[in-house]
Amino acid sequence: MSRTRPVVALPAIGLAAGFFSALFGVGGGVIVVPLLVLLLGYSTRWATGTSLAAIGLTALFGMAAYGALGEVSWPDAALVGFPAMLGTFVGTRAQQKVPTRVLTILFSVLLVAVAVRLFIG
Amino acid sequence: MTVVYALVLGFAAGILSGLFGVGGGILFVPTLSLVVGLSHLSAEATSLAAIIPVVAVGAWQQNRYGNVRWRPALVIGLSSAGGVAGGVALATWLSEGVLERLFACLLLVVAARLAWSARR
Repeated sequence: MSRTRPVVALPAIGLAAGFFSALFGVGGGVIVVPLLVLLLGYSTRWATGTSLAAIGLTALFGMAAYGALGEVSWPDAALVGFPAMLGTFVGTRAQQKVPTRVLTILFSVLLVAVAVRLFIG
Repeated sequence: MTVVYALVLGFAAGILSGLFGVGGGILFVPTLSLVVGLSHLSAEATSLAAIIPVVAVGAWQQNRYGNVRWRPALVIGLSSAGGVAGGVALATWLSEGVLERLFACLLLVVAARLAWSARR
């Protein structure tokens, strides 16, 4: 791999991730992880870890920008974010123990149901 | 009552994101708009703030396994500021209805990816 490639690819991934993250209110891991794998040959584990660290900054910028516009509801962010932080520990542990295939299918059904609910709004 | 729902759904979102490796945002946004009752734009903005403690824990855990490459992460994170500016501009310019439907499309894409990963 040439040495110039990450110099171009990393900022490009950052720009795309920031746009995606701010447009959808999500971290952007959905695009950062596959891009790190495809463009720079990262293993999935490296891509996931690196993406999480990068997303911390991306979400911080998004929060600051939306906060300046008065769109962030701070109490609701704390209400949802802090219990989620605890839940992440439980989920990560459980991942090693439970058979995830059925859960994954159920989870995708849930996401489709939410999508339908948003479409009929 | 909304407080209880938000706490429970936040906890559930954390469990799901830990289980499936998808970020909390995909679950925070519908929780905040459909259950808590924020506008879709505010739900997205608030979701970004709620993500921060979750990814902080996630990155810390991944770092212990030696999975974080810090310099590339820093380059991606810092350069994302430019993209964030564009994304915020577009999201505030679009109507609520369009933004909701775009988000619904994202949910379908993620659902399809998960289902695909679960095949056999």
